[in-house]
Amino acid sequence: MTELIRYTAAETASAIAKGEVSAVEVAQAHLDRIDAVDKKVNAFLHVDTEGALKAARAVDEKRAKGEELGPLAGVPLALKDVFTTEGIPTTCGSKILEGWIPPYDATLTSRLKDAGVVILGKTNMDEFAMGSSTENSAYGPTGNPWDLSRIPGGSGGGSAAALAAFEAPLAIGTDTGGSIRQPGAVTGTVGVKPTYGSVSRYGLVAFSSSLDQGGPCARTVLDAALLHEAIAGHDPLDSTSIDAPVPAVVEAAKLRDVRGMRIGVVKEFAGEGYQTGVMQRFNESVELLRELGAEVVEVSCPSFTLALPAYYLIAPSECSSNLARFDAMRYGLRVGDDGSRSAEEVTALTREAGFGDEVKRRIILGTYALSSGYYDAYYGSAQKVRTLISRDFDAAFAGVDVLVSPTTPTTAFPIGERADDPMAMYLADLCTIPSNLAGNAAMSLPVGLAPEDNLPVGLQIIAPAMADDRLYRVGGAVEAALNDKWGHTLLEEAPAL
Amino acid sequence: MPGITREEVAHLARLSRLELKPEELDHFAEQLDVIIGAVARVSEVAGQDVPPTSHPLPLTNVMRADEVRPSLTPDQALSGAPAAEEQRFRVPQILGED
Repeated sequence: MTELIRYTAAETASAIAKGEVSAVEVAQAHLDRIDAVDKKVNAFLHVDTEGALKAARAVDEKRAKGEELGPLAGVPLALKDVFTTEGIPTTCGSKILEGWIPPYDATLTSRLKDAGVVILGKTNMDEFAMGSSTENSAYGPTGNPWDLSRIPGGSGGGSAAALAAFEAPLAIGTDTGGSIRQPGAVTGTVGVKPTYGSVSRYGLVAFSSSLDQGGPCARTVLDAALLHEAIAGHDPLDSTSIDAPVPAVVEAAKLRDVRGMRIGVVKEFAGEGYQTGVMQRFNESVELLRELGAEVVEVSCPSFTLALPAYYLIAPSECSSNLARFDAMRYGLRVGDDGSRSAEEVTALTREAGFGDEVKRRIILGTYALSSGYYDAYYGSAQKVRTLISRDFDAAFAGVDVLVSPTTPTTAFPIGERADDPMAMYLADLCTIPSNLAGNAAMSLPVGLAPEDNLPVGLQIIAPAMADDRLYRVGGAVEAALNDKWGHTLLEEAPAL
Repeated sequence: MPGITREEVAHLARLSRLELKPEELDHFAEQLDVIIGAVARVSEVAGQDVPPTSHPLPLTNVMRADEVRPSLTPDQALSGAPAAEEQRFRVPQILGED
Protein backbone atom coordinates (compact mmCIF):
# COMPACT_ATOMS: atom_id res chain seq x y z
CA MET A 1 0.00 0.00 0.00
CA THR A 2 2.95 2.35 0.58
CA GLU A 3 3.54 2.22 -3.17
CA LEU A 4 0.36 4.26 -3.63
CA ILE A 5 2.33 7.35 -2.69
CA ARG A 6 4.65 6.78 -5.65
CA TYR A 7 1.87 6.70 -8.24
CA THR A 8 1.59 9.63 -10.60
CA ALA A 9 -1.66 11.59 -10.47
CA ALA A 10 -2.70 10.07 -13.80
CA GLU A 11 -2.05 6.53 -12.50
CA THR A 12 -3.88 7.28 -9.24
CA ALA A 13 -6.97 8.60 -10.99
CA SER A 14 -6.99 5.64 -13.37
CA ALA A 15 -6.63 3.10 -10.54
CA ILE A 16 -9.51 4.74 -8.66
CA ALA A 17 -11.71 4.88 -11.75
CA LYS A 18 -11.10 1.17 -12.43
CA GLY A 19 -11.82 0.29 -8.82
CA GLU A 20 -8.34 -1.13 -8.19
CA VAL A 21 -8.05 1.10 -5.16
CA SER A 22 -10.45 3.42 -3.33
CA ALA A 23 -9.97 7.15 -3.04
CA VAL A 24 -10.09 6.74 0.74
CA GLU A 25 -7.19 4.28 0.64
CA VAL A 26 -5.20 6.72 -1.51
CA ALA A 27 -5.95 9.63 0.82
CA GLN A 28 -5.09 7.56 3.90
CA ALA A 29 -1.76 6.43 2.38
CA HIS A 30 -0.79 10.06 1.85
CA LEU A 31 -1.99 11.16 5.29
CA ASP A 32 0.12 8.34 6.77
CA ARG A 33 3.11 9.48 4.75
CA ILE A 34 2.66 13.06 5.98
CA ASP A 35 2.43 11.72 9.50
CA ALA A 36 5.65 9.77 9.03
CA VAL A 37 7.88 12.38 7.36
CA ASP A 38 6.49 15.87 7.74
CA LYS A 39 8.03 16.52 11.15
CA LYS A 40 11.34 16.46 9.26
CA VAL A 41 10.24 18.19 6.06
CA ASN A 42 7.73 20.76 7.44
CA ALA A 43 5.98 21.06 4.07
CA PHE A 44 2.53 21.45 5.64
CA LEU A 45 1.24 24.25 7.85
CA HIS A 46 -2.13 22.56 8.24
CA VAL A 47 -3.25 19.00 7.48
CA ASP A 48 -6.99 18.59 6.95
CA THR A 49 -7.37 14.88 7.71
CA GLU A 50 -11.13 15.00 8.14
CA GLY A 51 -11.75 17.11 5.01
CA ALA A 52 -9.46 14.95 2.89
CA LEU A 53 -11.14 11.71 3.92
CA LYS A 54 -14.58 13.25 3.42
CA ALA A 55 -13.66 14.39 -0.11
CA ALA A 56 -12.23 10.94 -0.85
CA ARG A 57 -15.39 9.22 0.41
CA ALA A 58 -17.47 11.44 -1.87
CA VAL A 59 -15.41 10.26 -4.88
CA ASP A 60 -15.84 6.61 -3.87
CA GLU A 61 -19.59 7.10 -3.44
CA LYS A 62 -19.83 8.76 -6.84
CA ARG A 63 -18.04 5.83 -8.43
CA ALA A 64 -20.24 3.32 -6.60
CA LYS A 65 -23.28 5.04 -8.09
CA GLY A 66 -21.76 4.67 -11.55
CA GLU A 67 -21.32 8.40 -12.05
CA GLU A 68 -18.54 9.60 -14.33
CA LEU A 69 -15.36 10.70 -12.57
CA GLY A 70 -13.17 13.56 -13.77
CA PRO A 71 -9.54 12.99 -14.82
CA LEU A 72 -8.22 13.91 -11.33
CA ALA A 73 -11.02 12.53 -9.15
CA GLY A 74 -9.65 11.17 -5.89
CA VAL A 75 -6.11 12.47 -6.45
CA PRO A 76 -4.57 14.08 -3.34
CA LEU A 77 -3.16 17.60 -3.54
CA ALA A 78 -1.15 19.98 -1.36
CA LEU A 79 -2.43 23.57 -1.56
CA LYS A 80 -0.19 26.56 -1.01
CA ASP A 81 -1.42 28.46 2.04
CA VAL A 82 -2.06 31.61 0.01
CA PHE A 83 -5.39 30.45 -1.46
CA THR A 84 -8.46 30.86 0.73
CA THR A 85 -10.20 27.70 1.89
CA GLU A 86 -13.59 27.99 3.56
CA GLY A 87 -13.42 26.73 7.13
CA ILE A 88 -9.71 25.83 6.89
CA PRO A 89 -6.97 28.16 8.22
CA THR A 90 -5.15 30.34 5.68
CA THR A 91 -2.04 32.08 7.01
CA CYS A 92 0.12 32.96 3.97
CA GLY A 93 3.04 31.97 6.22
CA SER A 94 2.40 35.09 8.33
CA LYS A 95 1.75 35.71 12.02
CA ILE A 96 -0.64 38.48 11.04
CA LEU A 97 -3.08 35.84 9.72
CA GLU A 98 -2.44 33.17 12.38
CA GLY A 99 -5.70 31.38 13.10
CA TRP A 100 -7.65 33.17 10.37
CA ILE A 101 -10.41 30.96 8.94
CA PRO A 102 -11.63 32.34 5.61
CA PRO A 103 -15.40 32.46 5.09
CA TYR A 104 -15.08 31.60 1.39
CA ASP A 105 -13.18 29.45 -1.12
CA ALA A 106 -10.87 30.86 -3.77
CA THR A 107 -12.08 30.05 -7.30
CA LEU A 108 -9.08 27.73 -7.64
CA THR A 109 -10.10 25.91 -4.43
CA SER A 110 -13.68 25.48 -5.70
CA ARG A 111 -12.46 24.17 -9.04
CA LEU A 112 -10.25 21.59 -7.32
CA LYS A 113 -13.17 20.47 -5.15
CA ASP A 114 -15.48 20.28 -8.16
CA ALA A 115 -12.89 18.12 -9.95
CA GLY A 116 -12.94 15.65 -7.04
CA VAL A 117 -9.36 16.50 -6.08
CA VAL A 118 -8.64 15.61 -2.44
CA ILE A 119 -7.06 18.58 -0.66
CA LEU A 120 -4.72 17.18 2.01
CA GLY A 121 -3.82 20.50 3.59
CA LYS A 122 -2.06 23.83 3.23
CA THR A 123 1.63 24.16 2.50
CA ASN A 124 4.39 26.29 3.95
CA MET A 125 5.63 29.35 2.08
CA ASP A 126 7.65 32.51 2.42
CA GLU A 127 5.45 35.07 4.17
CA PHE A 128 2.95 36.46 1.63
CA ALA A 129 4.99 34.69 -1.07
CA MET A 130 7.96 37.02 -0.65
CA GLY A 131 11.15 35.01 -0.82
CA SER A 132 13.10 32.30 -2.62
CA SER A 133 13.76 29.82 0.19
CA THR A 134 10.64 29.45 2.41
CA GLU A 135 12.85 30.71 5.27
CA ASN A 136 10.63 33.79 5.49
CA SER A 137 7.73 31.71 6.81
CA ALA A 138 6.70 32.67 10.34
CA TYR A 139 6.24 28.96 10.99
CA GLY A 140 9.80 27.75 10.41
CA PRO A 141 11.63 26.72 7.24
CA THR A 142 10.82 23.71 5.05
CA GLY A 143 13.60 21.22 4.31
CA ASN A 144 14.51 20.11 0.80
CA PRO A 145 13.79 16.35 0.65
CA TRP A 146 17.07 15.88 -1.28
CA ASP A 147 19.00 17.32 1.67
CA LEU A 148 17.00 18.55 4.65
CA SER A 149 19.68 21.11 5.55
CA ARG A 150 19.04 22.92 2.25
CA ILE A 151 16.25 25.19 1.08
CA PRO A 152 13.37 23.79 -1.02
CA GLY A 153 13.15 27.06 -2.94
CA GLY A 154 10.50 29.67 -2.44
CA SER A 155 8.10 31.02 -2.04
CA GLY A 156 6.30 27.75 -2.73
CA GLY A 157 8.87 25.54 -0.98
CA GLY A 158 6.21 23.64 0.95
CA SER A 159 4.32 22.61 -2.19
CA ALA A 160 7.50 21.50 -4.01
CA ALA A 161 8.84 19.65 -0.96
CA ALA A 162 5.51 17.84 -0.49
CA LEU A 163 5.86 16.46 -4.03
CA ALA A 164 9.51 15.46 -3.66
CA ALA A 165 8.81 13.83 -0.28
CA PHE A 166 5.93 11.80 -1.81
CA GLU A 167 3.45 13.44 0.54
CA ALA A 168 1.23 14.39 -2.43
CA PRO A 169 1.35 13.71 -6.18
CA LEU A 170 0.01 17.19 -7.00
CA ALA A 171 0.43 20.64 -5.51
CA ILE A 172 -0.55 24.22 -6.21
CA GLY A 173 1.85 27.14 -6.21
CA THR A 174 1.81 30.79 -7.13
CA ASP A 175 4.48 32.44 -9.22
CA THR A 176 5.13 36.18 -8.92
CA GLY A 177 8.84 36.12 -9.76
CA GLY A 178 9.57 32.40 -9.91
CA SER A 179 7.86 30.97 -6.81
CA ILE A 180 6.58 27.89 -8.68
CA ARG A 181 9.51 27.32 -11.04
CA GLN A 182 12.47 27.88 -8.70
CA PRO A 183 11.15 25.47 -6.01
CA GLY A 184 10.44 23.00 -8.82
CA ALA A 185 14.03 23.30 -10.08
CA VAL A 186 15.73 22.79 -6.71
CA THR A 187 13.50 19.86 -5.66
CA GLY A 188 13.56 17.92 -8.95
CA THR A 189 9.85 18.47 -9.64
CA VAL A 190 7.81 20.08 -12.44
CA GLY A 191 6.41 23.57 -11.95
CA VAL A 192 4.45 25.70 -14.39
CA LYS A 193 3.62 29.39 -14.36
CA PRO A 194 0.67 29.61 -16.75
CA THR A 195 0.06 32.70 -18.88
CA TYR A 196 -0.88 35.64 -16.65
CA GLY A 197 -4.67 35.79 -16.41
CA SER A 198 -5.33 32.14 -17.21
CA VAL A 199 -5.77 30.92 -13.61
CA SER A 200 -8.16 32.99 -11.46
CA ARG A 201 -6.70 35.15 -8.70
CA TYR A 202 -10.04 35.38 -6.85
CA GLY A 203 -9.25 34.23 -3.31
CA LEU A 204 -5.49 34.30 -3.93
CA VAL A 205 -4.14 36.65 -1.25
CA ALA A 206 -2.50 39.38 -3.32
CA PHE A 207 1.22 40.19 -3.21
CA SER A 208 1.87 41.85 -6.58
CA SER A 209 -1.36 41.79 -8.56
CA SER A 210 0.07 42.43 -12.02
CA LEU A 211 2.54 39.54 -11.59
CA ASP A 212 0.87 36.91 -9.33
CA GLN A 213 -0.23 33.76 -11.09
CA GLY A 214 -1.36 30.42 -9.63
CA GLY A 215 -0.25 27.25 -11.33
CA PRO A 216 0.35 23.50 -11.18
CA CYS A 217 3.19 21.63 -9.46
CA ALA A 218 3.66 17.90 -10.05
CA ARG A 219 6.20 15.13 -10.43
CA THR A 220 5.50 14.60 -14.14
CA VAL A 221 4.71 16.83 -17.10
CA LEU A 222 1.43 15.01 -17.80
CA ASP A 223 0.28 15.40 -14.20
CA ALA A 224 1.04 19.13 -14.35
CA ALA A 225 -0.99 19.36 -17.56
CA LEU A 226 -3.98 17.54 -16.01
CA LEU A 227 -3.90 19.94 -13.07
CA HIS A 228 -3.42 22.93 -15.38
CA GLU A 229 -6.62 22.03 -17.25
CA ALA A 230 -8.51 21.61 -13.98
CA ILE A 231 -7.65 25.07 -12.62
CA ALA A 232 -7.35 27.30 -15.71
CA GLY A 233 -10.13 29.13 -17.52
CA HIS A 234 -12.16 32.30 -17.36
CA ASP A 235 -13.54 33.49 -14.01
CA PRO A 236 -15.94 36.44 -13.90
CA LEU A 237 -14.85 37.04 -10.28
CA ASP A 238 -11.34 38.04 -11.46
CA SER A 239 -11.37 41.12 -13.67
CA THR A 240 -7.94 40.23 -15.09
CA SER A 241 -9.03 36.73 -16.09
CA ILE A 242 -8.56 35.91 -19.79
CA ASP A 243 -11.82 35.03 -21.53
CA ALA A 244 -10.46 32.53 -24.05
CA PRO A 245 -10.18 28.75 -24.30
CA VAL A 246 -7.38 27.10 -22.30
CA PRO A 247 -4.62 25.77 -24.61
CA ALA A 248 -4.73 21.98 -25.08
CA VAL A 249 -1.96 21.24 -22.59
CA VAL A 250 -2.83 17.59 -21.85
CA GLU A 251 -2.77 16.72 -25.53
CA ALA A 252 0.57 18.54 -25.89
CA ALA A 253 2.07 16.70 -22.90
CA LYS A 254 1.31 13.37 -24.60
CA LEU A 255 2.83 14.31 -27.99
CA ARG A 256 6.47 13.68 -27.03
CA ASP A 257 7.66 15.08 -30.33
CA VAL A 258 9.66 18.26 -30.84
CA ARG A 259 10.69 17.62 -34.44
CA GLY A 260 10.62 20.83 -36.42
CA MET A 261 10.23 23.06 -33.35
CA ARG A 262 12.46 26.11 -33.16
CA ILE A 263 14.08 26.62 -29.79
CA GLY A 264 16.01 29.71 -28.68
CA VAL A 265 18.74 29.64 -26.03
CA VAL A 266 18.71 32.92 -24.11
CA LYS A 267 22.28 34.22 -24.34
CA GLU A 268 21.97 36.51 -21.30
CA PHE A 269 21.28 33.62 -18.88
CA ALA A 270 24.82 32.27 -18.54
CA GLY A 271 28.21 33.34 -17.30
CA GLU A 272 29.22 34.70 -13.92
CA GLY A 273 27.16 33.39 -11.01
CA TYR A 274 25.97 30.29 -12.86
CA GLN A 275 27.09 27.05 -11.20
CA THR A 276 29.19 24.76 -13.42
CA GLY A 277 26.99 21.69 -12.90
CA VAL A 278 23.84 23.68 -13.64
CA MET A 279 25.28 24.86 -16.96
CA GLN A 280 26.50 21.34 -17.74
CA ARG A 281 23.03 19.81 -17.33
CA PHE A 282 21.49 22.75 -19.18
CA ASN A 283 23.85 22.38 -22.14
CA GLU A 284 23.15 18.64 -22.25
CA SER A 285 19.41 19.39 -22.38
CA VAL A 286 19.93 21.73 -25.32
CA GLU A 287 21.95 19.03 -27.07
CA LEU A 288 19.16 16.53 -26.32
CA LEU A 289 16.57 18.83 -27.89
CA ARG A 290 18.74 18.95 -31.00
CA GLU A 291 18.99 15.14 -31.06
CA LEU A 292 15.20 14.95 -30.73
CA GLY A 293 14.86 16.94 -33.93
CA ALA A 294 14.42 20.52 -32.74
CA GLU A 295 16.24 23.39 -34.38
CA VAL A 296 18.25 25.27 -31.73
CA VAL A 297 19.47 28.84 -32.14
CA GLU A 298 20.99 31.41 -29.80
CA VAL A 299 18.79 34.40 -29.01
CA SER A 300 19.72 37.69 -27.39
CA CYS A 301 17.31 39.51 -25.06
CA PRO A 302 19.44 42.47 -23.91
CA SER A 303 16.80 44.02 -21.61
CA PHE A 304 16.67 40.88 -19.46
CA THR A 305 19.71 42.18 -17.56
CA LEU A 306 17.42 44.89 -16.16
CA ALA A 307 14.60 42.48 -15.23
CA LEU A 308 15.75 41.84 -11.66
CA PRO A 309 16.10 45.54 -10.73
CA ALA A 310 12.74 46.33 -12.38
CA TYR A 311 11.05 43.47 -10.55
CA TYR A 312 12.39 44.59 -7.16
CA LEU A 313 10.76 47.96 -7.72
CA ILE A 314 7.46 46.84 -9.25
CA ALA A 315 6.71 43.94 -6.91
CA PRO A 316 7.46 45.87 -3.69
CA SER A 317 5.47 48.85 -4.98
CA GLU A 318 2.40 46.71 -5.58
CA CYS A 319 2.98 44.87 -2.29
CA SER A 320 3.16 48.09 -0.28
CA SER A 321 -0.31 48.92 -1.57
CA ASN A 322 -1.81 45.40 -1.38
CA LEU A 323 -0.64 44.74 2.17
CA ALA A 324 -2.26 47.94 3.43
CA ARG A 325 -5.34 45.74 3.93
CA PHE A 326 -3.69 44.21 7.00
CA ASP A 327 -4.77 47.02 9.27
CA ALA A 328 -5.95 45.05 12.35
CA MET A 329 -9.54 46.17 11.84
CA ARG A 330 -11.48 43.51 9.89
CA TYR A 331 -9.56 40.26 10.28
CA GLY A 332 -6.26 38.90 11.49
CA LEU A 333 -4.07 39.99 14.35
CA ARG A 334 -4.75 43.06 16.51
CA VAL A 335 -2.08 44.22 18.96
CA GLY A 336 -2.08 47.01 21.57
CA ASP A 337 -5.81 47.78 21.64
CA ASP A 338 -5.96 48.64 25.36
CA GLY A 339 -8.38 51.54 25.03
CA SER A 340 -5.65 54.16 25.22
CA ARG A 341 -4.44 53.95 21.61
CA SER A 342 -5.87 55.27 18.37
CA ALA A 343 -6.73 53.03 15.44
CA GLU A 344 -3.64 54.28 13.63
CA GLU A 345 -1.37 53.37 16.54
CA VAL A 346 -2.96 49.93 16.83
CA THR A 347 -2.45 49.37 13.09
CA ALA A 348 1.25 50.29 13.31
CA LEU A 349 1.84 48.11 16.38
CA THR A 350 -0.01 45.17 14.80
CA ARG A 351 1.93 45.39 11.54
CA GLU A 352 5.20 45.62 13.47
CA ALA A 353 4.32 42.49 15.46
CA GLY A 354 2.64 40.56 12.64
CA PHE A 355 4.97 41.02 9.65
CA GLY A 356 8.43 39.48 9.26
CA ASP A 357 11.58 41.25 8.08
CA GLU A 358 11.29 40.61 4.34
CA VAL A 359 7.70 41.84 4.21
CA LYS A 360 8.67 44.98 6.13
CA ARG A 361 11.64 45.60 3.83
CA ARG A 362 9.48 45.29 0.74
CA ILE A 363 6.71 47.51 2.10
CA ILE A 364 9.28 50.22 2.86
CA LEU A 365 11.04 49.77 -0.49
CA GLY A 366 7.73 49.99 -2.35
CA THR A 367 6.63 53.05 -0.41
CA TYR A 368 9.98 54.63 -1.28
CA ALA A 369 9.73 53.77 -4.99
CA LEU A 370 6.23 55.26 -5.18
CA SER A 371 7.01 58.45 -3.29
CA SER A 372 7.08 61.76 -5.12
CA GLY A 373 10.59 62.68 -6.15
CA TYR A 374 11.56 59.05 -6.75
CA TYR A 375 8.52 57.81 -8.67
CA ASP A 376 9.75 58.70 -12.17
CA ALA A 377 13.32 57.54 -11.64
CA TYR A 378 12.35 54.22 -10.01
CA TYR A 379 8.80 53.02 -10.57
CA GLY A 380 8.44 54.87 -13.88
CA SER A 381 11.73 53.49 -15.22
CA ALA A 382 10.86 49.99 -14.03
CA GLN A 383 7.63 50.20 -16.05
CA LYS A 384 9.64 51.17 -19.12
CA VAL A 385 11.93 48.19 -18.55
CA ARG A 386 8.82 46.06 -18.46
CA THR A 387 7.93 47.28 -21.96
CA LEU A 388 11.48 46.64 -23.23
CA ILE A 389 11.39 43.08 -21.84
CA SER A 390 8.08 42.39 -23.58
CA ARG A 391 9.58 43.71 -26.81
CA ASP A 392 12.61 41.41 -26.42
CA PHE A 393 10.24 38.47 -25.98
CA ASP A 394 8.18 39.53 -29.02
CA ALA A 395 11.31 39.79 -31.15
CA ALA A 396 12.57 36.40 -29.92
CA PHE A 397 9.24 34.64 -30.47
CA ALA A 398 9.12 35.98 -34.03
CA GLY A 399 11.96 33.55 -34.75
CA VAL A 400 11.49 30.68 -32.28
CA ASP A 401 8.61 28.70 -30.73
CA VAL A 402 10.01 28.58 -27.20
CA LEU A 403 13.00 29.92 -25.28
CA VAL A 404 15.10 27.86 -22.87
CA SER A 405 17.47 28.67 -20.01
CA PRO A 406 18.47 27.23 -16.66
CA THR A 407 15.61 27.84 -14.18
CA THR A 408 17.99 28.98 -11.45
CA PRO A 409 21.68 29.93 -11.50
CA THR A 410 22.52 27.45 -8.70
CA THR A 411 21.19 24.32 -7.02
CA ALA A 412 19.58 24.42 -3.55
CA PHE A 413 21.69 26.43 -1.11
CA PRO A 414 22.02 25.69 2.62
CA ILE A 415 19.29 27.00 4.95
CA GLY A 416 20.62 30.18 6.54
CA GLU A 417 23.22 30.98 3.87
CA ARG A 418 21.36 33.92 2.30
CA ALA A 419 18.76 34.54 5.02
CA ASP A 420 20.05 37.98 5.97
CA ASP A 421 21.47 38.99 2.60
CA PRO A 422 18.43 40.10 0.57
CA MET A 423 20.36 40.82 -2.66
CA ALA A 424 21.95 37.35 -2.68
CA MET A 425 18.50 35.83 -2.12
CA TYR A 426 16.98 37.88 -4.95
CA LEU A 427 19.51 36.45 -7.44
CA ALA A 428 17.77 33.05 -7.20
CA ASP A 429 15.01 34.53 -9.40
CA LEU A 430 17.30 35.99 -12.06
CA CYS A 431 16.07 33.75 -14.91
CA THR A 432 12.42 33.42 -13.90
CA ILE A 433 11.45 37.08 -13.47
CA PRO A 434 11.23 38.18 -17.15
CA SER A 435 8.22 35.91 -17.78
CA ASN A 436 6.33 37.47 -14.88
CA LEU A 437 7.03 40.98 -16.11
CA ALA A 438 5.84 40.06 -19.62
CA GLY A 439 2.98 37.82 -18.46
CA ASN A 440 3.87 34.84 -20.66
CA ALA A 441 4.04 31.12 -19.79
CA ALA A 442 7.02 29.18 -18.40
CA MET A 443 7.86 25.76 -16.99
CA SER A 444 10.68 24.27 -14.95
CA LEU A 445 11.51 20.65 -15.63
CA PRO A 446 14.08 18.44 -13.82
CA VAL A 447 16.99 17.54 -16.12
CA GLY A 448 19.43 15.79 -13.78
CA LEU A 449 21.69 16.38 -10.82
CA ALA A 450 24.63 18.77 -10.72
CA PRO A 451 27.71 16.52 -10.52
CA GLU A 452 29.42 18.60 -7.83
CA ASP A 453 26.63 18.38 -5.22
CA ASN A 454 24.16 15.75 -6.52
CA LEU A 455 21.28 18.22 -6.30
CA PRO A 456 18.54 18.72 -8.92
CA VAL A 457 18.87 21.12 -11.84
CA GLY A 458 15.89 22.64 -13.65
CA LEU A 459 15.45 23.48 -17.33
CA GLN A 460 13.26 26.52 -17.91
CA ILE A 461 11.06 26.56 -21.01
CA ILE A 462 9.30 29.83 -21.92
CA ALA A 463 6.42 30.19 -24.39
CA PRO A 464 4.43 33.20 -25.62
CA ALA A 465 1.25 34.17 -23.75
CA MET A 466 -1.58 31.69 -24.40
CA ALA A 467 0.81 29.21 -25.99
CA ASP A 468 1.21 27.23 -22.75
CA ASP A 469 0.77 24.01 -24.74
CA ARG A 470 4.27 24.48 -26.19
CA LEU A 471 5.76 24.17 -22.70
CA TYR A 472 4.13 20.78 -22.27
CA ARG A 473 5.08 19.62 -25.75
CA VAL A 474 8.78 20.38 -25.15
CA GLY A 475 8.68 19.33 -21.49
CA GLY A 476 6.96 16.03 -22.24
CA ALA A 477 9.51 15.16 -24.93
CA VAL A 478 12.55 16.00 -22.78
CA GLU A 479 11.12 14.16 -19.76
CA ALA A 480 10.42 11.01 -21.79
CA ALA A 481 13.89 11.04 -23.36
CA LEU A 482 15.62 11.52 -20.00
CA ASN A 483 13.57 8.83 -18.25
CA ASP A 484 14.47 6.46 -21.12
CA LYS A 485 18.14 7.33 -20.73
CA TRP A 486 18.16 6.98 -16.94
CA GLY A 487 15.82 3.99 -16.81
CA HIS A 488 13.88 5.70 -14.02
CA THR A 489 12.66 9.13 -12.94
CA LEU A 490 14.99 11.58 -11.25
CA LEU A 491 13.07 11.52 -7.96
CA GLU A 492 13.82 7.80 -7.60
CA GLU A 493 17.38 8.93 -6.87
CA ALA A 494 16.27 11.08 -3.91
CA PRO A 495 17.42 9.74 -0.54
CA ALA A 496 14.89 7.98 1.71
CA LEU A 497 13.47 10.21 4.43
CA MET B 1 21.41 58.04 -7.54
CA PRO B 2 21.27 58.81 -3.80
CA GLY B 3 21.09 56.04 -1.21
CA ILE B 4 18.69 55.92 1.71
CA THR B 5 19.23 57.27 5.23
CA ARG B 6 17.99 56.00 8.58
CA GLU B 7 15.76 59.09 8.85
CA GLU B 8 14.18 58.36 5.48
CA VAL B 9 13.50 54.77 6.50
CA ALA B 10 11.87 56.03 9.71
CA HIS B 11 9.68 58.39 7.67
CA LEU B 12 8.71 55.63 5.20
CA ALA B 13 7.93 53.27 8.08
CA ARG B 14 5.57 55.88 9.53
CA LEU B 15 3.86 56.29 6.16
CA SER B 16 3.57 52.49 5.94
CA ARG B 17 2.12 52.19 9.47
CA LEU B 18 5.04 50.10 10.71
CA GLU B 19 6.13 50.84 14.29
CA LEU B 20 9.76 49.77 13.73
CA LYS B 21 12.16 49.26 16.64
CA PRO B 22 15.38 51.36 16.66
CA GLU B 23 17.54 48.31 15.88
CA GLU B 24 15.26 47.44 12.95
CA LEU B 25 15.70 50.96 11.58
CA ASP B 26 19.49 50.55 11.68
CA HIS B 27 19.42 47.14 10.05
CA PHE B 28 16.84 47.95 7.36
CA ALA B 29 18.51 51.25 6.47
CA GLU B 30 21.74 49.39 5.78
CA GLN B 31 20.06 46.63 3.73
CA LEU B 32 17.74 48.96 1.83
CA ASP B 33 20.70 51.15 0.90
CA VAL B 34 22.31 48.12 -0.79
CA ILE B 35 19.05 47.08 -2.48
CA ILE B 36 18.31 50.58 -3.77
CA GLY B 37 21.88 50.86 -5.04
CA ALA B 38 21.30 47.68 -7.06
CA VAL B 39 17.82 48.43 -8.40
CA ALA B 40 18.70 52.02 -9.32
CA ARG B 41 20.12 50.60 -12.56
CA VAL B 42 16.63 50.86 -14.06
CA SER B 43 17.12 54.61 -14.36
CA GLU B 44 19.40 53.82 -17.34
CA VAL B 45 16.19 53.79 -19.38
CA ALA B 46 14.63 56.88 -17.74
CA GLY B 47 15.45 59.09 -20.70
CA GLN B 48 14.29 56.65 -23.36
CA ASP B 49 11.06 57.32 -25.18
CA VAL B 50 9.37 54.05 -24.20
CA PRO B 51 5.75 53.74 -23.05
CA PRO B 52 5.37 52.32 -19.53
CA THR B 53 3.74 48.94 -18.94
CA SER B 54 1.70 48.68 -15.75
CA HIS B 55 0.05 45.37 -16.53
CA PRO B 56 0.60 42.47 -18.94
CA LEU B 57 -3.01 42.45 -20.18
CA PRO B 58 -4.51 45.34 -22.13
CA LEU B 59 -7.82 45.18 -20.23
CA THR B 60 -9.80 48.22 -19.17
CA ASN B 61 -12.99 48.56 -17.16
CA VAL B 62 -14.11 44.96 -17.02
CA MET B 63 -17.69 45.31 -15.78
CA ARG B 64 -20.28 42.87 -14.54
CA ALA B 65 -24.05 43.16 -14.74
CA ASP B 66 -25.45 45.33 -11.93
CA GLU B 67 -27.55 42.68 -10.28
CA VAL B 68 -27.94 41.18 -6.80
CA ARG B 69 -25.94 37.98 -6.32
CA PRO B 70 -25.01 35.80 -3.36
CA SER B 71 -22.48 37.32 -0.94
CA LEU B 72 -21.19 36.78 2.60
CA THR B 73 -23.69 37.02 5.45
CA PRO B 74 -22.90 39.60 8.16
CA ASP B 75 -21.85 36.78 10.48
CA GLN B 76 -19.45 35.39 7.86
CA ALA B 77 -18.03 38.83 7.11
CA LEU B 78 -17.44 39.45 10.82
CA SER B 79 -16.14 35.94 11.52
CA GLY B 80 -12.48 37.00 11.45
CA ALA B 81 -12.91 40.38 13.13
CA PRO B 82 -10.64 41.07 16.13
CA ALA B 83 -13.69 42.71 17.75
CA ALA B 84 -17.30 43.10 16.63
CA GLU B 85 -20.41 44.69 18.07
CA GLU B 86 -23.99 44.98 16.78
CA GLN B 87 -23.05 43.41 13.43
CA ARG B 88 -20.25 45.93 12.95
CA PHE B 89 -16.44 45.88 13.12
CA ARG B 90 -15.46 47.38 16.47
CA VAL B 91 -12.32 49.49 16.03
CA PRO B 92 -10.15 51.64 18.29
CA GLN B 93 -10.75 55.39 18.44
CA ILE B 94 -10.26 56.96 14.99
CA LEU B 95 -10.83 60.66 15.88
CA GLY B 96 -9.26 62.89 18.56
CA GLU B 97 -11.03 63.78 21.82
CA ASP B 98 -12.27 67.16 20.59
